[in-house]
Amino acid sequence: MRHLLSTTDLTRDDAVDLLDVAEEMAQVSEREVKKLPVLRGRTVVNLFFEDSTRTRLSFEAAAKRLSADVINFSAKGSSVSKGESLQDTMQTLAAMGADAVVVRHAGSGTPHRLATSGWIDVPILNAGDGTHEHPTQALLDSFTLRRVRGGLPASGPAEGARGTDLAGSTVAIVGDILHSRVARSNVHLLNTLGAQVVLIGPPTLMPWGVEEWPAEVFYDYDDALAAHEFDAVMMLRVQLERMHQSFFPNPREYTRLWGLTPQRYRALPGHTAIMHPGPMNRGFEICAEAADSPRAVVLSQVANGVAVRMAALYRLLMGTESEGRS
Amino acid sequence: MRHRTVLDSAEISRAISRIAHEVIESNKGAQGLVILGIPTRGVPLARRLAEKIAQIEPDADADAITGSLDITMYRDDLRRGKLRSPEPTRIPPTGIDGRTVVLVDDVLFSGRTIRAALDALADIGRPDAVRLAVLVDRGHRSLPIRADHVGKNLPTAIDERVSVTVAEIDGEDAVTISAPEAA
Repeated sequence: MRHLLSTTDLTRDDAVDLLDVAEEMAQVSEREVKKLPVLRGRTVVNLFFEDSTRTRLSFEAAAKRLSADVINFSAKGSSVSKGESLQDTMQTLAAMGADAVVVRHAGSGTPHRLATSGWIDVPILNAGDGTHEHPTQALLDSFTLRRVRGGLPASGPAEGARGTDLAGSTVAIVGDILHSRVARSNVHLLNTLGAQVVLIGPPTLMPWGVEEWPAEVFYDYDDALAAHEFDAVMMLRVQLERMHQSFFPNPREYTRLWGLTPQRYRALPGHTAIMHPGPMNRGFEICAEAADSPRAVVLSQVANGVAVRMAALYRLLMGTESEGRS
Repeated sequence: MRHRTVLDSAEISRAISRIAHEVIESNKGAQGLVILGIPTRGVPLARRLAEKIAQIEPDADADAITGSLDITMYRDDLRRGKLRSPEPTRIPPTGIDGRTVVLVDDVLFSGRTIRAALDALADIGRPDAVRLAVLVDRGHRSLPIRADHVGKNLPTAIDERVSVTVAEIDGEDAVTISAPEAA
């Protein structure tokens, strides 16, 4: 593995290996010294052309726990506003000696461009590109699901998840599938790990060609809830910043038809975990009762994000120098 | 390659018994002991050592004092070598602060593994003392490190290979030494 651009690049064994490494990384959070010396003397650049709280902080925490030096770059307040091109920014970073670049960009395919352009010859980690992919989010979701399915604590150190996949589980992804890079990455990774994926949302927010995806599609939330006993329900945020046209008549109708309302929440089977990639629009796609319930693993997802990103940085930066650079 | 068995199952068992007695003697009992095996083959050896100690000192509980200490993240050749996956580190719930930690490994060679293990321990806590028990000491140290308890001192040539197999992982207990054929 040279870059982490898309979950479609991961085989089942790659994915299970990454999750297993993340299990060991999760142990570090409980130790006296919450640091490993693995990336000492290496520089990880967080290149964020789009706003983000948790992903940027999570990547920063992950790199720092591995003892790397972290340079944070956000497009706001940089020479990008003077018109600097992506190529020039990357070549500047290469000249400064970056060892890995974590990139988030509104343009789908930007990380792929960076990985193949030759502007910089270091591992590229996709931290979300447009409406394309967000592979580390999918990895942390699968990490959390693996824990929940095994009856283990959703985050923190635990025994028993190593080596397992998600075969036999059913996961619903609900909401704005069209604009969601989280959904795209999750559909591929969950399939690779053997889970059955059910997509639920308004027809206007389903991507073109969704019937080709390895997932079952429902336009009616209640039909889907009647047809399946879900191990987890993943509520997606309605991305108002990406909506330049009306995809549904009004927010109240969206909440009534596709939101996790108190009625739907109370009707869920007792073992169903409630997931959300954040930030949540409370009262819109998810009710406060569900968001604050003990079955919501939203904060565990955040905690696991650090462990998963540590695993990804470890895998991309370590051990492969001799083969990787050829 | 010529292979020669240096220790068989019974001899390994006797060596571990002797080390158990030595550990108890130098510690004046089993109180405060934590036995940590270094993956892969140090882990079952640590387990056996703790069980022997528990047989001799009935107030010691083998489960409560045994653990494993992975050193993958502390290796000095991490960037070069092959892709390595970390093995589990499991510290007993009592922790290691103020305790006597006995590190257990199968073969002591360059000493680099033990250097890495000492770094890893320092990030977990502050033991009162750290002791080193190995099944085989084959010499050729690159660092100023020595073992406190040795199953067998095995003088070797640098191009010989010492391999330890344990029943828990490999199905049988043996220490073998292989030498390249003389040209």
